Amino acid sequence: MLREDDAPDHGHPHPDPHPHPHGCRRPSGAGETVTVEQKVLAKNDLLAERNRTWMTGRGIVAVNMMSSPGAGKTTLLERAVTDLGGRRPVAVVEGDQETRLDADRIRGTGCAVVQVNTGAGCHLDAEMMREALTALSPAEGSLLMVENVGNLVCPALFDLGERSKVVIISVTEGTDKPLKYPYMFAVADLVLINKSDLLPYVDFDVEQCAQHARSVNPDVRVLTVSATTGEGLAHWYDWLTEQQ
Amino acid sequence: MHELAITQSVVDAVCERAGGRPVRSVRVRVGVLTAVVPDSMRFCFGLVTEGTAAEGAQLEIDQPPGAGRCRTCAVEFTLTDLILLCSCGSADVEITSGQELQIVSMEVG
Ligand SMILES: Nc1nc2c(ncn2[C@@H]2O[C@H](COP(=O)(O)OP(=O)(O)OP(=O)(O)O)[C@@H](O)[C@H]2O)c(=O)[nH]1
Ligand SMILES: [Mg+2]
Ligand SMILES: [Zn+2]
Ligand SMILES: [Zn+2]
Repeated sequence: MLREDDAPDHGHPHPDPHPHPHGCRRPSGAGETVTVEQKVLAKNDLLAERNRTWMTGRGIVAVNMMSSPGAGKTTLLERAVTDLGGRRPVAVVEGDQETRLDADRIRGTGCAVVQVNTGAGCHLDAEMMREALTALSPAEGSLLMVENVGNLVCPALFDLGERSKVVIISVTEGTDKPLKYPYMFAVADLVLINKSDLLPYVDFDVEQCAQHARSVNPDVRVLTVSATTGEGLAHWYDWLTEQQ
Repeated sequence: MHELAITQSVVDAVCERAGGRPVRSVRVRVGVLTAVVPDSMRFCFGLVTEGTAAEGAQLEIDQPPGAGRCRTCAVEFTLTDLILLCSCGSADVEITSGQELQIVSMEVG
């Protein structure tokens, strides 16, 4: 494909407005060049930083949970809010493209929850997080668990102002998932390998998967859990408690 | 399709910066180690600019290559993916290029 830069100027006069189907460049001098030099996501980053400051000031610890659809985010959350709710205030932000189903599941546990429908959007962003914080107004010292939209690509790019990022992969998804979605695994603070109860039935190598995750993120913590049987959840709760 | 959200951010930022003047072209820097595909971004740019001050603008995409530096032996080398491993065996590699996602400049007026 010919890049615009490579297209030769062909030097005809340019009446305005002028469609450019052939990719010609307007002769310099026709406009003013403005240096921008800012991050594409500067605005999101700024809002995220405000969220972070707001939460830090109230001792609220937010954890951003990301995975492919169906890896077990909501099931893990249901267990966590039940198991941890007695120890400290817990609140949940549910990101979902269309439905209220996940929020209803969390509400069923009696936990404070707000649903953010992203519509066509495939990720939460800092503005949605700000709205969720306003709607929830979590108690001081809360643990705020955020279920991002099921998607292993762009949630990695959008900072919400969270304290930590958790990536969940289930054992039915394949050992090489970290190599297929390196951007997501590269930003994770913790990888949860979920559905360990299914290990006898699938071809999944836990140690190999952990190595793949470390190949893109050498310091990442990896824990194996089952949201169904409860195996390993105590370590996950210990990790959550360390996130202060 | 995360390029849509990324491109929307680019267009919002340049239109705001242009302060009502028409935007003729936009230059961005998208490192090869980002998850952003330039052709998808070009496609989205046409859609997202419709009806804005940047309608019909050109999108120029610079693509810095991936590069890393080993913190153990200090060697510098090319990175074609995010797998951080130096030939000395160390995985303590700093990415020095390829993760840029910047708006460089624009032409207005
Ligand atoms: N066997 C087994 N099944 C599980 C486990 N955790 C979750 N599941 C099942 O996996 C399916 C999907 O779980 P969810 O918790 O809804 O997954 P999710 O990541 O929230 O899904 P989305 O919100 O659609 O992205 C459900 O049928 C769960 O019962 C587990 O540890 N073991
Ligand atoms: Mg869910
Ligand atoms: Zn997205
Ligand atoms: Zn080295």
